[in-house]
Amino acid sequence: MANLKTVSKKSKAQSMGMHTEVLTGRTQQKFFNPDEAENFYYFGTYDVDFNKRTELDVKDMTAPEANKEIDNLMSQGYGTIVIKNPQGKHSLGVGILNKLNLIFEGSLGYFGMGSCDGPIVRINGRVGWSCAENLMAGKVVIEKNAGSCFGAAIRGGDLICKGSVGARTGIDMKGGTIIIGGDAGAFTGFMMQRGRIIILGDVGINLGDSMYDGTIFVGGEIGSYGSDAVDSELTSSDQDWLKRKLKVAEIGENFDVSKMKKIVAGKKLWNYDNLEPTEKKGAI
Amino acid sequence: MCGIAGLIHRGKSSNVGSELQGMLQALKHRGEDSTGYALYGDTDGKNFIMRFKVGENVGEGSSSVMEDVSVYDERKKIVDQTLAEIGAKIIKEERTLPYSLRYELEYDAKDLLNFSQTIEAIPGVEILSMGKSLEVIKDLGNAKAVCDRYSLDKLVGTHAIGHARMATESGVDIKSAHPFWGYPFSDVSVVHNGQLTNYWNNRRVLENKGMRFMSECDSELIAVYIAEKMRDGATLEEGMKASLTGLDGVFTYFVATKDSLGMAKDTMAAKPLVLYESDDLVAMGSEEIAIRSVLPQEIDTYDPFDGEVKVWQI
Repeated sequence: MANLKTVSKKSKAQSMGMHTEVLTGRTQQKFFNPDEAENFYYFGTYDVDFNKRTELDVKDMTAPEANKEIDNLMSQGYGTIVIKNPQGKHSLGVGILNKLNLIFEGSLGYFGMGSCDGPIVRINGRVGWSCAENLMAGKVVIEKNAGSCFGAAIRGGDLICKGSVGARTGIDMKGGTIIIGGDAGAFTGFMMQRGRIIILGDVGINLGDSMYDGTIFVGGEIGSYGSDAVDSELTSSDQDWLKRKLKVAEIGENFDVSKMKKIVAGKKLWNYDNLEPTEKKGAI
Repeated sequence: MCGIAGLIHRGKSSNVGSELQGMLQALKHRGEDSTGYALYGDTDGKNFIMRFKVGENVGEGSSSVMEDVSVYDERKKIVDQTLAEIGAKIIKEERTLPYSLRYELEYDAKDLLNFSQTIEAIPGVEILSMGKSLEVIKDLGNAKAVCDRYSLDKLVGTHAIGHARMATESGVDIKSAHPFWGYPFSDVSVVHNGQLTNYWNNRRVLENKGMRFMSECDSELIAVYIAEKMRDGATLEEGMKASLTGLDGVFTYFVATKDSLGMAKDTMAAKPLVLYESDDLVAMGSEEIAIRSVLPQEIDTYDPFDGEVKVWQI
């Protein structure tokens, strides 16, 4: 740590980790030098081999014990881990900041896969509330349904639910993509700031309520629009992007994306004349 | 926070006391100030079962005022005397705890309103439930503690709802614990997770219409609200649908009658509920972990959407 008595005010704040402007998620490439990507790693992450595979039965483990064991397996170089009998336990798989191929043979409870950056995850079951909250990079695929607050505050990565999801999907999301194969509940995209949400089915009331930015694509019926959420023109580049994303997500490959609705922020709620400091840097 | 759980077996009976205990114990992290069970047991349907209390549990954590235990005996005597006066014959009597009693009554009554008003006019006496199948058991502590205290694990029946409570807006006592009996309707009970913000407005209106409140717990409003709708001729489902607009706040609640189980979720979908549904069983709870306690195998579950009301029959 720098000597705080001698450094300037600005660098003092940075030395203490108090600066907030620089976003550190790996997908925030706008703010990240790609040349440095190879050198970027978190403290305590491991060099794993995807071909090295193991299974972990968590039936009689608590969530902290299971998460610690996943970490232990990664430290031994295992790059593919299959979790048996998760049985709806909460907070499984949280905080994985590593490349990893993780497969859950069953359902997760609340807060599954929260605050992760990098893993490829497949959940062969259902997930409870707040799945993949604050996801920064990687891919999480849920084969069945998901609870409310799905993908809350994610900053990057792809979050895919092949079934239906509850209310407030993508609340406060700041990047990344959420793809829903079925229906979505009320307040989808509530206060979202960046990123994209794709819903192939119907969506509930107050869609995109108070959204700052970002885009929502809906294939089915919309219960109602939220405050300041407005329709926008679906361009050919939007359609190309949707086709690519759905193909990668392994859902709706034959879905007619040309009939989807595109919803964006009307930007009437807040003062959008002033750019955010980080956007100013980009503009300069 | 609070946690709720419920299950209904369709076309058969099961050990619902033990099953609900497992579900509620899995939710104990959502609150263990008190736990309550509404169990619909197998009976011959001839006699009423009245669960009532003549005092409060004044143990650790209770917000009730300590009373001399001898007053419980006095109250019981008056209850017995009053029952005889109104023509209710006690067939069987159980006194699990000094303050908690279960009576099997031979009583020919179409309207339980007068009956309940007469019994509850005795100071310190509250009917927890009245019905030919329903038994409401609630007390302080977590699900296992209450189940063990009242030996509920052997109770066989068709359906049940229960509640693990974290007290937030009213006291830690039995009168504020869930489930609430849908007074004065036989075999109606309610559990709730959430907060109701127009409680006092609704309470004033309902009290003016002759409905009774025993606690200051906002959740009691749901039972009274639906009971009042049913008194005016609405079906259970119609009463529940009316509650979506009549009640303000955030809520997920269950209502059970002698042959049905229903759920309702507010229009904000702010309170959780996970649901499993098959031809012979419906199980639901605030978290999937509750359902897993009775169905450990891999199953398909889902979250009901905002403003949804569902009712299942046995």
